[in-house]
Amino acid sequence: MAQYLISVWHDDDYSDEMDFDDPDLQRRHGQVLALNEEMEKAGAWVFGGGLQPTSSATVVKASGGDVSMTDGPYAETKEQMGGFWVIEAPDFDAALEWAGKAAVACEETLELRPFQGE
Amino acid sequence: MSDLDAVFRRESGRCLATLIRVLGDVDLAEDAVAEAFTIAAERWPVDGAPSNPGAWIVTTARNRAIDRIRRESTRTERHLAAHHLRGTDAMTSDESPDRRDLDAFVDVVADDQLRLMFLCCHPAIAVDAQVALTLRLLGGLETPEIARAFLVPEATMAQRIVRAKRKLRDNHASYRVPRAAELPDRLDAVLAAISLTFTEGHTATSGAELVRVDLSAEAIRLGRVLVDLMPDEPEAVGLLALMLLTDARRPARTATDGSMIRLSDQDRTLWDRAVIVEGHDLVRACLRRDRPGPFQLQAAIAAVHADAPTAEATDWSQIVALYDQLSTVRPDAVVALNRAVAVAELQGPAAGLVALDALGDGPEADSLDGFQPFHATRADLLARAGRGPEARSAYDRAIELTTNSAERAFLEERRTATAPRPR
Repeated sequence: MAQYLISVWHDDDYSDEMDFDDPDLQRRHGQVLALNEEMEKAGAWVFGGGLQPTSSATVVKASGGDVSMTDGPYAETKEQMGGFWVIEAPDFDAALEWAGKAAVACEETLELRPFQGE
Repeated sequence: MSDLDAVFRRESGRCLATLIRVLGDVDLAEDAVAEAFTIAAERWPVDGAPSNPGAWIVTTARNRAIDRIRRESTRTERHLAAHHLRGTDAMTSDESPDRRDLDAFVDVVADDQLRLMFLCCHPAIAVDAQVALTLRLLGGLETPEIARAFLVPEATMAQRIVRAKRKLRDNHASYRVPRAAELPDRLDAVLAAISLTFTEGHTATSGAELVRVDLSAEAIRLGRVLVDLMPDEPEAVGLLALMLLTDARRPARTATDGSMIRLSDQDRTLWDRAVIVEGHDLVRACLRRDRPGPFQLQAAIAAVHADAPTAEATDWSQIVALYDQLSTVRPDAVVALNRAVAVAELQGPAAGLVALDALGDGPEADSLDGFQPFHATRADLLARAGRGPEARSAYDRAIELTTNSAERAFLEERRTATAPRPR
């Protein structure tokens, strides 16, 4: 078994106040919960979750022994990571299958990457 | 070509395919096969070539690889554990091909080749890298040869291949034939890679040709391997037929000065009849299965052209019907354009123009303005319909969009021919 990161990417255009009553968001939320359950049953689930908007992000840097912090996301790009799964799968094709299901469930573009081996 | 070279061209892909399964690692298998061929180059001239050269190479490569793994056990064990391709046999599996097991050996080898084809053409790999990997691992071509064939710097090609191999390894890609449910998509990728290889070889112009590997021949060879392995896939048969029927025209395609001769102007006595017959048989065999797909239909169109002793004798009604079918399975601008040309041959240039203009009003209208073949075709049909001024402005647009100098010269000549003659 190998571990993979499925990250969810989208335009970070949502406001600081997310409207959780939005029926579109609720529908996708329901789809994701159902997928999470399916992953757990199949033994593929390791961890996953959605992130707060990038307005909540802090960049932390270490140079020498000094640590400094600044406001804002690290990458100043329109596309930002909005959430992720860590899954366990027997091989690449199985991981791609989970990624496909995840893309359908959250209706966003995903990136699949393997973790380095132990 | 020496005997050993011939064996290498024929067997290296098959041997490598098996060694990847046995060893579970592409790079390790490549090294082992290369080493086995080096040993063969020393021994065969002295001891004589073995009766089954492929089996000899596989056994020798495996033994050498195992020796090496034992010698370097601690380092290599870690290496293998990290890089092992999933779903492969244990390394201890004895594939020793003695005479009794030869049939079983051949079956396993056939599966290995399929596994390797699907691995090389994994859809998560960029298409140009799929093609390069296929030529490298299955075709046994050296990286510099592939780089020259695609006119890219050697370092670029080397990086493309290394990256693709690494991506498959890092992602724990399995060495297996896709399940039935995945097969259509995965097979499409394999067919596309072979087809792209053929097209690249087919459109290669002269000059650098001497140093270019014959990609068309390599694509046809891979196409034959695929048909051998998957005889029940009509699109695989269709692709092979299409490549053969296209390649049969090769001797008639270029003039002595290297310029290209259009299908309608080719000397058909130069077409390779034996190859056409083989292509025809394949077209008939796959169409009988009644699961038509884009490659089969294109092959059928090529077969109708090949049937005609002269351009005038072409059965255009059959070609239009085949294009109608093709445009339902592959609705793109190129197919629509070729259909309009066939309509013009069948019903005259005015009818062809109606078909073209319908395309211009369709959903792809926006991208058509920058599509050179659209304007070149339109110009030709307008000229034949006697609409000189419109033809000339269409030629102007086509010439503007043409980068190839030979083609530009051809279009300029055609444009001049439509100009009103001075009295």
